[in-house]
Amino acid sequence: MAKRIEISGLNAYYGKTRAIEDISMTVEPRSVTAFIGPSGCGKSTLLRTLNRMHEVIPGARVEGKVALDDLNLYGPDIDPVAVRRAIGMVFQRPNPFPTMSIFDNVAAGLKLNGVRGRGKLGEIVERSLRGANLWNEVKDRLNRPGAGLSGGQQQRLCIARAIAVEPQVLLMDEPCSALDPISTLAIEDLIASLKDQYTIVIVTHNMQQAARVSDTTGFFNLAAQGQPGRLVEIDDTNKIFTNPTEKATEDYITGRFG
Amino acid sequence: MSALNQPTLGGVSVGRKVKDRAVQVLVYIAFLLALIPLVSVLWTVISKGAKRFDGTFFTHSLNGIGANDAGGGAYHAIIGTVEQVALASIIAIPIGVLTAVYLVEYGRDSRLAKVVSFFVDVMTGLPSIVAGLFILAFWLLLLGFSFSGFAGSLALSILMMPTVVRAAEEMLKLVPNDLREASYALGVPRWRTICFVVLPTAFTGIITGIMLAIARVMGETAPLLLTVFVTSAINNDPFNGPQMALPLFIFDQAGRPNDVAINRAWAAALTLIVLIMLLNLVARLIARLRKPVSR
Amino acid sequence: MTSETLGQGGTDALSGRGRKLGTGRLGDRLFGISARGSGILLLLIIAAIAVFLIAKAVPALKADKANFLTSQLWNPDGAEPRFGILQLAFGTLLSSFLALIIATPVAIGIALFIAFYSPRRLASGLGYVVDLLAAVPSVVYGLWGLQFFVPKMAHVANFLHDDFGWIPLFGGDSVGGQSMLTVAVVLAIMILPIISSISREVFLQVPQANVEAAQALGATRWEVIRMAVLPFGRSGMISASMLGLGRALGETIAVAMVLSSSAGISLRLLRPGGNTFAANIANTFGMAGNTGRGALIASGLVLFVITLVVNMAARAIVARRKEFV
Repeated sequence: MAKRIEISGLNAYYGKTRAIEDISMTVEPRSVTAFIGPSGCGKSTLLRTLNRMHEVIPGARVEGKVALDDLNLYGPDIDPVAVRRAIGMVFQRPNPFPTMSIFDNVAAGLKLNGVRGRGKLGEIVERSLRGANLWNEVKDRLNRPGAGLSGGQQQRLCIARAIAVEPQVLLMDEPCSALDPISTLAIEDLIASLKDQYTIVIVTHNMQQAARVSDTTGFFNLAAQGQPGRLVEIDDTNKIFTNPTEKATEDYITGRFG
Repeated sequence: MSALNQPTLGGVSVGRKVKDRAVQVLVYIAFLLALIPLVSVLWTVISKGAKRFDGTFFTHSLNGIGANDAGGGAYHAIIGTVEQVALASIIAIPIGVLTAVYLVEYGRDSRLAKVVSFFVDVMTGLPSIVAGLFILAFWLLLLGFSFSGFAGSLALSILMMPTVVRAAEEMLKLVPNDLREASYALGVPRWRTICFVVLPTAFTGIITGIMLAIARVMGETAPLLLTVFVTSAINNDPFNGPQMALPLFIFDQAGRPNDVAINRAWAAALTLIVLIMLLNLVARLIARLRKPVSR
Repeated sequence: MTSETLGQGGTDALSGRGRKLGTGRLGDRLFGISARGSGILLLLIIAAIAVFLIAKAVPALKADKANFLTSQLWNPDGAEPRFGILQLAFGTLLSSFLALIIATPVAIGIALFIAFYSPRRLASGLGYVVDLLAAVPSVVYGLWGLQFFVPKMAHVANFLHDDFGWIPLFGGDSVGGQSMLTVAVVLAIMILPIISSISREVFLQVPQANVEAAQALGATRWEVIRMAVLPFGRSGMISASMLGLGRALGETIAVAMVLSSSAGISLRLLRPGGNTFAANIANTFGMAGNTGRGALIASGLVLFVITLVVNMAARAIVARRKEFV
């Protein structure tokens, strides 16, 4: 299920402004890759190009290639809707559908793809909620609104919703920045357990989190104020945090700027 | 790479794509359905109104014009509308703005303010004919005055007031509180703060709201029908005797089964629409050009 | 302006001499009184409306020999006044609800179009174009309706009658253009902009986060709307259509001009004739005598109450949802 992502020569634009420039890198299957860097350097933009969410913004466009196991996601015959179904995303602020119950939230993606029947749906919903470490907390109130949970629970609900459709890649855009430390820890443990089945890419502004959670880390930075973001260095997490190659990386890690 | 070796994404089923497309088509059709009557009305009014859009129309009344005669014009109606709307504005604007001032500046949480606000909402939904009925019952039947342009103005002002209150209220609420506090901190008394700091800041928006209210009230026929009645002669005095008004003129002429009257009706309709559109345009231009407090 | 209050009044207050703060206090009092007075004046006007209308209506109601609520006759100036609002109420409600049924789906479609399907830059311009429909005064709709639309609808009516006459709504003996159906369509055109613009505002308030969540799951544009927008906007859309209904109920002139007023209650939409509260007032006021006027005023009161209830319900729905937004 989990796949490799190869990014080559990727540029993303908002209208005329280039936000990220010439990104090339590989994300290995069944691993966690973290994107770190100062605010505004394009980490989230890059993340959104991976599931073709960037182009939803009016005037935004992408140049370059993103290949999922040799299939170019930006190829001429590819339907962006199909891409988004194959690649799941969890957002910074938990966003369960407020008018739907917990069950319906998790099943939302399944229903879109034609899965029918309360039995079949129930099976997959339970499996996803277990996978997101939420099952025991909500199993008695599956029919209650999704918005009635705590922040950490809502985020795990969104993760369950994302993995219910068995995506090949899971993207996480600062998933813990709106949560308290205990929920954050819970989500980080969850990421460690999801790693076995999914390729995970996580954007985080919290370096310690990147160090705890990821196998590979990519450091992004702006060349100068007003310039597009670039990939400065990408390597094993251990190496990045103990012995980085680029000076800019070392400056960021040690807190000289950020 | 041959097609057989190409990895694929799960696709989007045909059914879903068809539904998506179908909704898109329906939504476009809905918009067209709105455009069709708009274009039809505007086109008909312009093309048929142009026939009598001549000098006679704007300078003559219907005095002395027989039932089947051509010629004649709407001068008396235009005068009537201008005077009636002006009088209505003179009544409605101060009351409306002051009420809004009360609601926003003085009465914020008081019971009276809540009651007033509720009844402003009630007034907004008042059918225009009921406003006419009220003036009929009160001014004409009870107090014994006769049909006049002024009676019509009273009815129109009742229709204008709630609109002016709501528009002014919205604009006053948008004025940031910091402005008021800065003024109070300088020792400026409240009424001066309101008159010389708050109102000028909200001025543009209030003017826009007022102009839109005037544009709406200009086209009202029903209340005038009951209070101003109908006449063919020019009457420059809104306080004495029946006057004509553009919407009444249209209503009256449209009801006659001959072409000359219908043509006059169209020309009057064109005049009315032009006036209303002008007011709308000027209101929006003012709103765009001077924007001290924007939404 | 500030110096007089700071210099004179300020130091006086500080020195505790207790002199009045010059023009400040008096001005405040006067201004406050006039502001409050305006609010109270507004209340008085509404009270006066209710009082005087009821006062004028009661004598006529007393003189009515027929049952005001159930009679279909309208003969208040006859030797024995007999009048009732049944036909008027029926016509008003039928035409308005029909207009609502026609207008609401179209208006929501328009709102969806402008909010989600049209090019971003054109969105506000398109909204303005639809709002132009609201700027056209009812008398012009009446004129257009009478002269242009009615003849066209006569053709449509004939077609519907010939081919679909087996449906009771389209059956009947007389078919014409000045029918309930035509009136309903004209009213629908008139209430389109209000339903559409309120719905549009509601759609634009949908939290972007939910829209993104739906998109990220791999939903088509319609599915995103179905999952994230419509459930959120449900109460707003209901409120919008009720406000449209209120507008249609009170519409006078367009109906008076388009509908050929006649007696009788019928569900045959293609039959020329019918009557509404407002049109009846407009049409018969000119020749009404004392009792006649009283009767018309009574009918006007009933109309007012109906529109009041509808409008209040609409606002209650919106107010309740504003707490959640």
